[in-house]
Amino acid sequence: MALLQISEPGLSTAPHQHRLAVGIDLGTTNSLVATVRNGISVVLNDEDGRAMLPSVVRYAADGGTTVGESALHAEDPVNTIISVKRFMGRGLKDIGDTSRLPYRFVDTGGMVQLRTVAGVKSPVEVSAEILKVLRTRAEAALGGELVGAVITVPAYFDDAQRQATKDAAKLAGLNVLRLLNEPTAAAIAYGLDNASEGVYAVYDLGGGTFDISILRLSRGVFEVLATNGDSALGGDDFDQRIHCWLLEKNGLSVLGPHDTRLLLNHARAAKEQLTEHDETRITAVLSGGDVIDSVLTRAEFESMSQNLVQRTLQSMRRALRDAKLGVADINGVVMVGGATRMPQVQHAVGEFFGQIPLTNLDPDKVVALGAAIQANMLAGNRSGDEWLLLDVIPLSLGIETMGGLSEKIIPRNSTIPSARAQEFTTFRDGQTAMSIHVVQGERELVSDCRSLAKFELRGIPPMVAGAARIRVTFQVDADGLLNVSAREMGCGVEAAITVKPSYGLSDAEITRMLQDSTQYAQDDMLARALREQQTEAEQLLEAVQHALEQDGGLLGDDERGRIGERMDALRAILQQNDHHAIKRAIGALNDATVSFAQKRMDKSVAHALAGRNISDLEVKS
Amino acid sequence: MPPFASDFQQDYFQLFDVAPSFRMDTAQLERQYRALQAQVHPDKFAHLSDAEQRVALQRATLVNEAYQTLRSPIRRARYLLSLHGVDTQEESDTAMPVDFLMAQMEWREAVAEAQQARDVAALERIEARVQHETRELEYGLAVTIDTEHDYAAAAGLVRKLRFTEKLAEEIHTAFDEIDT
Repeated sequence: MALLQISEPGLSTAPHQHRLAVGIDLGTTNSLVATVRNGISVVLNDEDGRAMLPSVVRYAADGGTTVGESALHAEDPVNTIISVKRFMGRGLKDIGDTSRLPYRFVDTGGMVQLRTVAGVKSPVEVSAEILKVLRTRAEAALGGELVGAVITVPAYFDDAQRQATKDAAKLAGLNVLRLLNEPTAAAIAYGLDNASEGVYAVYDLGGGTFDISILRLSRGVFEVLATNGDSALGGDDFDQRIHCWLLEKNGLSVLGPHDTRLLLNHARAAKEQLTEHDETRITAVLSGGDVIDSVLTRAEFESMSQNLVQRTLQSMRRALRDAKLGVADINGVVMVGGATRMPQVQHAVGEFFGQIPLTNLDPDKVVALGAAIQANMLAGNRSGDEWLLLDVIPLSLGIETMGGLSEKIIPRNSTIPSARAQEFTTFRDGQTAMSIHVVQGERELVSDCRSLAKFELRGIPPMVAGAARIRVTFQVDADGLLNVSAREMGCGVEAAITVKPSYGLSDAEITRMLQDSTQYAQDDMLARALREQQTEAEQLLEAVQHALEQDGGLLGDDERGRIGERMDALRAILQQNDHHAIKRAIGALNDATVSFAQKRMDKSVAHALAGRNISDLEVKS
Repeated sequence: MPPFASDFQQDYFQLFDVAPSFRMDTAQLERQYRALQAQVHPDKFAHLSDAEQRVALQRATLVNEAYQTLRSPIRRARYLLSLHGVDTQEESDTAMPVDFLMAQMEWREAVAEAQQARDVAALERIEARVQHETRELEYGLAVTIDTEHDYAAAAGLVRKLRFTEKLAEEIHTAFDEIDT
């Protein structure tokens, strides 16, 4: 193992001070921020010593927002958005029974929006408010600006939900180092704490989402073998069951927003009570004067929520089949998410795997702790232990073909990053444009899958039908996000692509939101943008300089000269107050160093395999 | 060529520094995969320049693609044959022996029936037989490719293996459906 470290990746890292990076668990019910301090991952508390920030945003008529605990207690359900994560990247028809929710939904055809007293808000904007509070908390605690953050998402989130999360972070002024799957984050926290080896199942039942991931941990590598889940199943649904039971038991029909919120709060409290006690009493006075006074036993609660637990077991069986493993192959089961405190959940999972699940790390904090460890590594802070994460795409990507069928291009559980190139041709003479519909899901019919986006290719040279050869590349990056590019193979024309996301935001919408959120602080924004570009430019110059000193011999005079020129150009422009110009010069220097980066990477790869062979020889001798 | 050179213009076997044969030391393949990803994965370059991140994304994607190809027997055989200039003609050459096709049809019907009856035990029995058939074909590939160098015969086995692979997928889907 030690010999593998002969050459380390990222050789160009210049010596630097500790970079401030955080992990954020953007949860349905609660959100947390954590960081690595003196080598240990810790959750950052607010001024009152509270780790968890309730994921609640209240909009006031004056445009102000309150986030967290104080918003939770406001008696203003229409303008107080809770569990917004359930609406991320989702359309109105995905949400189901909206009569049980106190919000005024706006159906845009794409991602649902919410009408508040402060105007119509996208779930992306609401989530950004939560992230801003956590960013401020972290910057105050750490005493400086963050270089970046790892934001966790449910493993079973599709592309639209992931993209919405990344957009929210951007809106909150965070540099996203990586979107990390929640069960994987938990595995990092557990694996690095306990130095575990073997195959582990992570059962993550949060406030609004359920994930199961099967991972193999071996010598510092976390390899996700399969993942499954339900991005609309969580602790909230258990509350809803109690809520419905209360209505039925007391002969009530649909209630107004205030009473719905009141009873849901009581339902949640009752659920938590039943973790410790065999029965609980629920008393409340509704706005019309009706008095509710009911006793709920644990047995009743378990019976009314039994099929929710069953749904999670079904996902577990699927994940095991995809991993080609049986229950007996699982060395340990990790429980994540506050909802796993429910005794019936622990019991069902324990029985399924035939072993007692691990709960030694706080199930509410473990995701944020793992995300912080990952953020620390991604920011370039060496911790000594080198480890690697190999994650997968949870749902197959497909394209619509004739007859409304989905042809799979990247199957579920493929290790990311992953890509697939496909050739298309024209249908009519002189055709210069075509549209590609990308969907996500396992079903055969496009209408049963989730529509992600329509990609329109323009600028195809006019030719007879079937003569054009357009090579379209579908690339899934390490965040699990899809990027599409296209090229006409005959004459090498790069076809222009416009993306129409089905449930996402267009670039123009994000720009507008960014402007809206900063319109009163235009100068601040400019100053910040300039500072950011200057910092990035300085880091880049330092890194390239370092790389040249180390590996300059890999370059010819021409290439070396070109890199030198662009470095000089960037240095010259650095002190001018034009962040656009600095950004362009950074781009130019980056472009000039691509082939240098390739050569350096090949060199380090050759070293790695060589090191491996030497170590094998030593073992044999 | 230096003994341990590894550039990304090489074929997948050279990239992983493993022998270009159908028989594969999967433990060695896995070790090399991990060693390669430890060098090129985008997580290792997240704090570096755009240029390095772009290259890392391309390299890590290629290493994943190569690993998936070499790990899967049918894909490995197809790739190996293509290196020998042999196209497996899975789309164009559909002339299969009659008894083979009959057996395939019977199996498909059995899968559909088991799914209909929600009979997990029956499905497991079919799965075991399909796995056995798959292993026989893979053994045949090892002999025709590595020992006899009879690539035309190997291409025929790949075409057969494609059927059993589809059947395995159908069985997988049937298990999921029974569970719903």
